[in-house]
Amino acid sequence: MTLGLGREALDALRRDRTAVVCLLVLGLLVLATLAGPALLDYREDEIDWSHMAAPPFEAPGHWLGTDRLGRDLLVRTLHGLRISLAIALAATLVSLVIGVAWGALAGFRRGRTDAWMMRFVDVLYSLPQVFFVIILTVVFGRGPFTILVAIGAFGWLTMARIVRGQALALRDREFIDAAIVGGASTARILARHVVPNLLGPVIVYATLTLPQVILVESFLSFLGIGIQEPLASLGNLVADGAAELETAPWMLAVPAACLMLVVFCFNFLGDSLRDALDPRDR
Amino acid sequence: MSALLEIRALTVDFLAPRVVRAVDGVDLALGPRERLAIVGESGSGKTQLLLACTGLLAANGRAMGSVRFEGRELLGPGDAAAPARGSGIGFVFQDAGGSLTPHRRIGDQLVEVAMAARGMPKRHACDESLAMLGRVRLPDPGSTMNAYPHELSGGMRQRAAIALALAARPRLLFADEPTSALDVTVQAEVMALLDALCRDLGMALLLVTHDLGVVAALAGRIAVMYAGRIVEEGDTDELLANPAHPYTAGLLASVPSLSALDDGELATIPGAPPRAGETIQGCRFEPRCPRRRERCRVEGPRLEAGGTSLVACHYPLDAGRSP
Repeated sequence: MTLGLGREALDALRRDRTAVVCLLVLGLLVLATLAGPALLDYREDEIDWSHMAAPPFEAPGHWLGTDRLGRDLLVRTLHGLRISLAIALAATLVSLVIGVAWGALAGFRRGRTDAWMMRFVDVLYSLPQVFFVIILTVVFGRGPFTILVAIGAFGWLTMARIVRGQALALRDREFIDAAIVGGASTARILARHVVPNLLGPVIVYATLTLPQVILVESFLSFLGIGIQEPLASLGNLVADGAAELETAPWMLAVPAACLMLVVFCFNFLGDSLRDALDPRDR
Repeated sequence: MSALLEIRALTVDFLAPRVVRAVDGVDLALGPRERLAIVGESGSGKTQLLLACTGLLAANGRAMGSVRFEGRELLGPGDAAAPARGSGIGFVFQDAGGSLTPHRRIGDQLVEVAMAARGMPKRHACDESLAMLGRVRLPDPGSTMNAYPHELSGGMRQRAAIALALAARPRLLFADEPTSALDVTVQAEVMALLDALCRDLGMALLLVTHDLGVVAALAGRIAVMYAGRIVEEGDTDELLANPAHPYTAGLLASVPSLSALDDGELATIPGAPPRAGETIQGCRFEPRCPRRRERCRVEGPRLEAGGTSLVACHYPLDAGRSP
């Protein structure tokens, strides 16, 4: 953390049992996505002709069953989680960095700068995202990178609006005037006096962005312009699973449970992080 | 006298959405180490005057005229007030705690200002900040350095805010009703503190207040503001003893004293100040003035020399004689 409140926030986070549990679970999941596929007997696109659509714990080696093409569901879920998490984290990071910087500067500068910066946001808002993604797939081809660019390009807009509103309100507080009179530069005021004071809503919104990005990715994959087979993502696993709900409910249950666990952990973590960053709540 | 701060024909307008004039052609000059108090009731434009000088007006505010600090013009496009920042002009705001960033320790904030404004290395800035907290007579400077603003009491927070304003070692201090958010005993302490600090650090002081009692002890000169204009300016002792403008006399008469309490009723000035944005042809105080005559309604008085002070009144009170 570069905001000068890193160590104390970490201490507070460490004392928060929910946060520690969530971090632990998320850490284990990340570790599993990285190491899991290598330790298991099957590859994500390997077809087991003798065990197609096998329920969990029935076929040898397929702990959580297989899909209708006989691919190991655990391996595919871990693979999907890896891609989904990577896209979600990257898109959230983009929204944090661009959105916060953009919104804070617009709100702090007010007036004409603010008007131009926010009209730019409005223009991007009014672009249909699906249309934009289709153009991107033409340029870059389908794949995780295209999805990341597509989500990143739009993900920061709402963040910028939220931050701008907060910054506008902060601008009228006397400590900002005091910092200006004290001779601090704009960059310093933004980094030291504006951004730390709007971290609460930012963190909360960022934790809402994570699951949202995973869902947008699954929506785009469902439309056929997202992550494509044989690559797996939580989105297309859930979509495939939903199609087999009546005959093979585990194909939906396994990736959906995984998605829920991740979203749940991020929400709790966000809440704890918000508290940890506010000295009044420590 | 070479002026430290020189204000010429300063006018502050707000677009809200029609033009509201908060400050209307104010002239003021302040020399090094001089202490001037601006007195007036709320809404008279005192605070906006200070904000205009430091480039802190609200987004819909426009300042016109000229404000020179050590010869450099502070009004203009862009960040014209920049040369006065840091070690030029310090600002103590009305709401004490408000000038401290809630998410950061007092010490960090002081050190930041000392480093930015005075180019000190961090270690040196830390020592300096600790000394400054001692100077504003905070009981335990060491632990205050590590405290967050919400952990301090109101009086301590105001002291910390003063320390913050002084951390850049400004040559001129603006104090905007620095004690109105504090209780009476703390008020006196903070005023005594400001007095001592100005003397020790060789600072000039521009104090804005509506409390005449505060002024008497602290400022060498007083400017009385009414509805955006200065109506009387002069030596503190002289002005308090022999007010020339009827408004000043009214203000003085409405200060509660022990003898006045015997009568059971507090003297007041009848009526209310003109509303913002109202255009007035004659004297702005005319509707409330006990000495008004026909001329006051048609012709606005200018600030002119009357005895030892400057008065904006056609029929000022004679010095040494009660009205």
